[in-house]
Amino acid sequence: MEKPLTQHIKPNEPPMSLNEYEKVGGYKAMQRALKELQPKDVLKIISDSNLRGRGGAGFPTGMKWSFVPMGDNAPKEKYLVCNADEMEPGTFKDRLLLEGNPHQLIEGMIIAAFAIQANKGYIFLRWAYKTAAELILKSIAEAYNAGYLGKNILGTSYSFDLYLHTSVGRYMCGEETGLLNALEGKRATPRAKPPFPQVSGLFGKPTIVNNVETLSFVPHIVNNGAEWFKKLSLTGEGGTKIYGVSGKVKNPNTWELPLGTTMREIIFEHAGGMRDGLKLKGILPGGASTDFLTEEHLDVNMDFTSVGKVGSRLGTGTLIILDDKTCPVGMLHNLEHFFAQESCGWCTPCRDGLPWVEKILLSIEEGDGRMEDLDLLAYHSKELGPGRTFCALAPGAVEPLQSSLKYFREDYEMHIKNKRCPWR
Amino acid sequence: MLKTEEQKELEEELKLVPYKKAATIEALKVVQKHRGWVSDEGIKDIAEFLEITPDEVDGVATFYNMVFRREVGRHVILLCDSVSCYILGYRKIQEEINKKLKINFGETTSDGRFTMLPIPCLGTCDHAPALMIDNDLHRDLDSDKIDSILEAYK
Ligand SMILES: Cc1cc2nc3c(=O)[nH]c(=O)nc-3n(C[C@H](O)[C@H](O)[C@H](O)COP(=O)(O)O)c2cc1C
Ligand code: SF4
Repeated sequence: MEKPLTQHIKPNEPPMSLNEYEKVGGYKAMQRALKELQPKDVLKIISDSNLRGRGGAGFPTGMKWSFVPMGDNAPKEKYLVCNADEMEPGTFKDRLLLEGNPHQLIEGMIIAAFAIQANKGYIFLRWAYKTAAELILKSIAEAYNAGYLGKNILGTSYSFDLYLHTSVGRYMCGEETGLLNALEGKRATPRAKPPFPQVSGLFGKPTIVNNVETLSFVPHIVNNGAEWFKKLSLTGEGGTKIYGVSGKVKNPNTWELPLGTTMREIIFEHAGGMRDGLKLKGILPGGASTDFLTEEHLDVNMDFTSVGKVGSRLGTGTLIILDDKTCPVGMLHNLEHFFAQESCGWCTPCRDGLPWVEKILLSIEEGDGRMEDLDLLAYHSKELGPGRTFCALAPGAVEPLQSSLKYFREDYEMHIKNKRCPWR
Repeated sequence: MLKTEEQKELEEELKLVPYKKAATIEALKVVQKHRGWVSDEGIKDIAEFLEITPDEVDGVATFYNMVFRREVGRHVILLCDSVSCYILGYRKIQEEINKKLKINFGETTSDGRFTMLPIPCLGTCDHAPALMIDNDLHRDLDSDKIDSILEAYK
């Protein structure tokens, strides 16, 4: 089984230096792109590969790049930003790539920037990833020394400068327009779209924001071609995926597997199944802002389409497992506390609705709930849903909520009827 | 006024941005690095340097949870309270720290040694529960380990 992204990552060992990376074929794709290909050729390879964004929404990467104005009349300044904010609770996959192989990401960024003809790039890194920050800075310095970053790369007319920006917190920094505001030194509130960042992004210039995992694929696709990439997956969507599992399983971890691997294989083979004495009760398949699935869905393929068909999302591909000894209402309260706290306050439904949801969940958890509260929670699930708020934080926040009302209704009712938490 | 060292570091940052205001977050980081937190005084100093109003600086400062607008202890304990750590029992760790140091979230020990704050997901969910002290990540916690972890921070 091919594992392009993680083939050179060894647990508990420092990542490869530039020299070591080159020995295993690193920076070949970049050389080929800059010397032999035109930006439009690179775009075509990526479009043909069907690569879809690994940041959560699964937007086709080639299509996103194609919206950037090109040619002589395009703005001279353009930007490429790597979204390495990774603040979605239960998500820890980009950390693996950032700490494990920063040169792979840098090479991917140079090629991506070349494809859209951007001359400046940023890696927007969350503050907590201290080890990653050190490694990225070291690798960027090595790349400058080798002439892979900076002016006239490899003697071509193409120049690209890359900077690391470490954040000062808040989930909203991961939302792409919030991220751009943060990079401009402002509050990380989202921007109205249109205009889309591809046309008017950082400092008003065309900007592409892509996830770490998405960009890390780019060198491999340029090296091996679109057809190779498509064949990596079990289902039709192309590529591998960094999956992760957390919760009370025997072996929580991350693995690179073909896109479309079933939840059963991920949870029971790779993560070793539930700890002794525990039963699986629920699954958040792609981080905190995805709908719950349950045991009946274990044979669903973890790809964008298949998870969507059963009412959830692939999201970040990191599964959070709820066991039968953990109270689902308590878990929901924990999740909605996070979302309420991280709401940027820009729009009323989210700013006022999420704290309300959090309070209702707390009162149910504490044994003070009323049956009508369940209707209120259902009402909020609708009112905070897609299309009613400025950004996707609120719709994401109600995904686990609405599905918990479906799958764990009895547990809610038991709290209310018995006036206490049955798990305490 | 910003200290000379702070000014020097900020001058470097200004080279990378198209206009001064865009360095607001970097300025807050620099001041916090040198002073431990960002006081009203710090906000005014930054405003003066970047030629914007103190309110503009404070509007940015108060948005971000890693900019401390109140004084913190010598070491800041950031205990993850997000979902995987909830499932794996961060509350027991919180109680243990509370028992040892007599502080809760948002509080500082009377000797100024520790402040404890809740923090959203540290991105190490396969090793929950987790916390950070200063720049160090501590993972796979259980109550028994807390004593020896705290011991290292004087
Ligand atoms: C509240 C919120 C937080 C987000 N956080 C992240 C994040 O930490 N990392 C990320 O790559 N995408 C995050 N996203 C998705 C980004 O907005 C964007 O879609 C993504 O970075 C695009 O990259 P991709 O096309 O490579 O997937 C977040 C979205 C929302 C609404
Ligand atoms: S949905 Fe929430 S986070 Fe997004 S803009 Fe509105 S208030 Fe801010």
